[in-house]
Amino acid sequence: MKIVILGSGQVGSTVAENLVNEANDITIVDTDASKLHALQNRLDLQTLVGNASHPSVLRQAGLADADMLLAVTQSDEVNMVACKLAASLFNTPTRIARIRSADYLAHPEIFSNDNFCVDFSICPEQILTDYISKLIEFPEALQVLEFSHGKVSLVAVRAFKGGPLVGHELSQLRKHMPQIDTRVAAIFRQDSPIIPEGTTRIEAGDEVFFIADSKNIRQILKEIRRMDKPSKRIMIVGGGNIGRRLALTLEQNYQVKLIEYNKHACETLASELNNTLVLHGDGTDETLLESERVGDVDVFCALTNDDENNIMASLLAKKAGAHKVLALINRSAYVGLVQGGKIDIALSPAHVTIGSLLAYVRQGDVAAVHSLRRGAAEALELIAHGDRKSSQVVGRRLDEINLPKGATIGAIVRNGEVIMGHHDQMIEAEDHLIVFVINKKMISKIEKLFQVNVGFF
Amino acid sequence: MERMLTVIRALGLLLIVFSIAYLMPLVSALIYAETDILHNFMLAMAWTFCAGLLMWFFTRRNKGELTVRHGFLLVFGMWTAMPAFATLPLLLALPGLSFTNAYFETMSGLSTTGATVLTGLDALSPSINLWRHELNWLGGMGIIVLAVAVLPLLGVGGRQLFKAETPGPMKDSSLTPRITETARNLWLVYLVITLICIALLKLAGMNWLDAICHAFATMGLGGFSTHDASIGYFNSPLIEFILIVFMLLAGMNFATHFLAIRGKTLRVYRHDVEGLATLSLILTSCLGIAYFLWWQGTYPDYVTALRHASFNLVSVATDCGFSSVDFGQWPVFAPLWMLFLSCITASSGSTGGGIKMVRTLILFNQAGREFLKLLHPSAVNPMKIGGHVVANNIVFSVLGFIFLYFMTVVTLTFVLLISGLDFISAFTAIIACINNAGPGLNVVGPATNYAILSDFQTWICILAMLLGRLEIFTVLILFTPRFWQR
Repeated sequence: MKIVILGSGQVGSTVAENLVNEANDITIVDTDASKLHALQNRLDLQTLVGNASHPSVLRQAGLADADMLLAVTQSDEVNMVACKLAASLFNTPTRIARIRSADYLAHPEIFSNDNFCVDFSICPEQILTDYISKLIEFPEALQVLEFSHGKVSLVAVRAFKGGPLVGHELSQLRKHMPQIDTRVAAIFRQDSPIIPEGTTRIEAGDEVFFIADSKNIRQILKEIRRMDKPSKRIMIVGGGNIGRRLALTLEQNYQVKLIEYNKHACETLASELNNTLVLHGDGTDETLLESERVGDVDVFCALTNDDENNIMASLLAKKAGAHKVLALINRSAYVGLVQGGKIDIALSPAHVTIGSLLAYVRQGDVAAVHSLRRGAAEALELIAHGDRKSSQVVGRRLDEINLPKGATIGAIVRNGEVIMGHHDQMIEAEDHLIVFVINKKMISKIEKLFQVNVGFF
Repeated sequence: MERMLTVIRALGLLLIVFSIAYLMPLVSALIYAETDILHNFMLAMAWTFCAGLLMWFFTRRNKGELTVRHGFLLVFGMWTAMPAFATLPLLLALPGLSFTNAYFETMSGLSTTGATVLTGLDALSPSINLWRHELNWLGGMGIIVLAVAVLPLLGVGGRQLFKAETPGPMKDSSLTPRITETARNLWLVYLVITLICIALLKLAGMNWLDAICHAFATMGLGGFSTHDASIGYFNSPLIEFILIVFMLLAGMNFATHFLAIRGKTLRVYRHDVEGLATLSLILTSCLGIAYFLWWQGTYPDYVTALRHASFNLVSVATDCGFSSVDFGQWPVFAPLWMLFLSCITASSGSTGGGIKMVRTLILFNQAGREFLKLLHPSAVNPMKIGGHVVANNIVFSVLGFIFLYFMTVVTLTFVLLISGLDFISAFTAIIACINNAGPGLNVVGPATNYAILSDFQTWICILAMLLGRLEIFTVLILFTPRFWQR
């Protein structure tokens, strides 16, 4: 596919990196030449320096014969204008814009084809905020990802000694919870994947991925590890876009303290937040953390722009006795370094948000994509079309589908109803299938599998 | 000096505007065929008009702009000159009346205090009564605001004058881009609600004169009555209920009413934090005081206690000052609580007086901030009222205001004590006057009136009313040396 990306910030460059690796033609536009230069040295793509909302720049970027426009600059307005121009001047088929301002998002009609022609709007900060607030809701989980508007969830959890199921075979799962249906999609033991079968044993320290109806998550978690007390006290360091949104989401149900370094930003935050205690200071200042009793905090989130600060603040908090610490880390090298050590959860914003973009780039009808384990694995929500003749999946039982090894169909959503992916389940047209893939290399095979033969149209 | 002439010119113009106010009692005198009174009013109108005209004529070339400083001077000048001219009809019609008492009566009218030195109100000429009540009504929304509304002649200085005359700490949020338009809208809302009130009171059984007079006194939160027994004369629960509703309306910010009418929605009231706080405080107080009176055996049953407690409490708390019974006879907690409420419950931008609810909220909030600061030294906690941030300089000005307010109350109470008044009378008289509420307790209670005070004491009360109406700063600033420095 030919894709034009506007903006080479964090989102733009991560998307570019992912898409280049998937054999797409990428042109990336930004006003900052040095950033582009660095990017071009690293990746096989074309770069262009210029204002992303100028028609001439867009033409030069080759938008006229591009399949997709990804407008992910810092400015909502530039992104919207670029989408409008792409539609009116170049007839670009798919236009995706990053829109952050809640004010714009409150009026979805302005994105219609008569107005700004934005096919899909994404807000990375919001995705990240949802992701973190899910983790706070389920403090036991490492990751909670939603499919089909939250009906089905994919949960990653580390097995602990003492969990009722730990040390047992997977087939015991049914006996433990006869009324609850779930599928274990994958187990990672010491970072290498194991394809789960009925006889696989769960061991302490395993990272277990299971797929289940969202309302059953809590009960299944109980089987794999002892439950924590529900979180109550949250401390956030960094009042940027993510910290602010998180505080807004959480402040009604939790006791939230927010530490921000910039005095002026503190005042804006305090005026916007009603139940959050906004503190002015440095998140790595141990006297401040101590006087705000970081030891009693249930979840400590370090969400500043600075990786090192986040890591240090999290380590300090953990040492002072914070129950669970979470750090936002942009550099993927650091993520692997700290995750699972003293820091309970290391979040890479790029990997959390890339999925929502990948969903649009994937061939076939993909409703959602979540990137897992720092991009190594992936979970997709695919929609099956056609009939037994034109499709390789519709009208077949799950065990008749020629899935590559390492891919599992975890669940099916049919007319809003969740059905677990057992081997004798029949697939119908328009079913949403939640597919877990332990290695990204298999994606193209799965895409092909779900493509409808030309005869269908 | 040149600027001073500009002030005199504006003062002249304002007096000319004010002289139009005599038209209403003139018409009434015609209707009631009171020839003497008619002559009195024509004379008074002529005097006021001529005085204004002369002032304007000799300074007509001084068309300089009014600065903030001269705005204060003009407002103060107008608020001392208006009552003086307004005494003319009273002095002419009531030969026994001293100028001191007449000035007290008109200042009480214009500052919407509603305290009176006159007895035998029932026998007073209808036109004189109408004049007293009209002063209540004009003073409520403010005569200068009215002038800003109808006359663009004040120009840019209009905004300063508007600010100096309207109560409340936050005056920069105008409803419309133009101050003239804002003033006009506020007066229009005021007029419309007054007309509705008149109609309802007429339907409830008052005669036209009483309905008009009491609607004026209610909307201005003045509290003058055409009867010595005040509202107790009618002994009608319906009338009391109507008056309660309109007193509460007048005690709310008129900007909210304006937004409600313009947007045709009641939702704006939900965002009026001040109004909600006032309503809930008054409601709890009514129920509580009624229970207290019932428990003390003042009234045999709860319903009667509730009726009298509600009316008199709302009346005093909103700074109106009607009374339906002699609440001075109640156990002293009840009337003192009512007077306490009168200090705080009126909203900014209403026609009531006192500290205003928004200042009370700001102070409470400030106390909470101090506590938080002790517990969390690095907390950033801006002052928020109704979800909106209040700048620190407003908080300081509120603190300054409260200090001046209490110092004024204490000082003036001491002055009255020196002059020989007993403590309760002195204290409640000052509280009632500075809040523009009306009746105090003891010798100045609802069953008696301020005529008992000596001339000196009367002037002290007049000063308290003026300070209360113009919210202290506007008056006291004239007595600071810096004001007169160039």
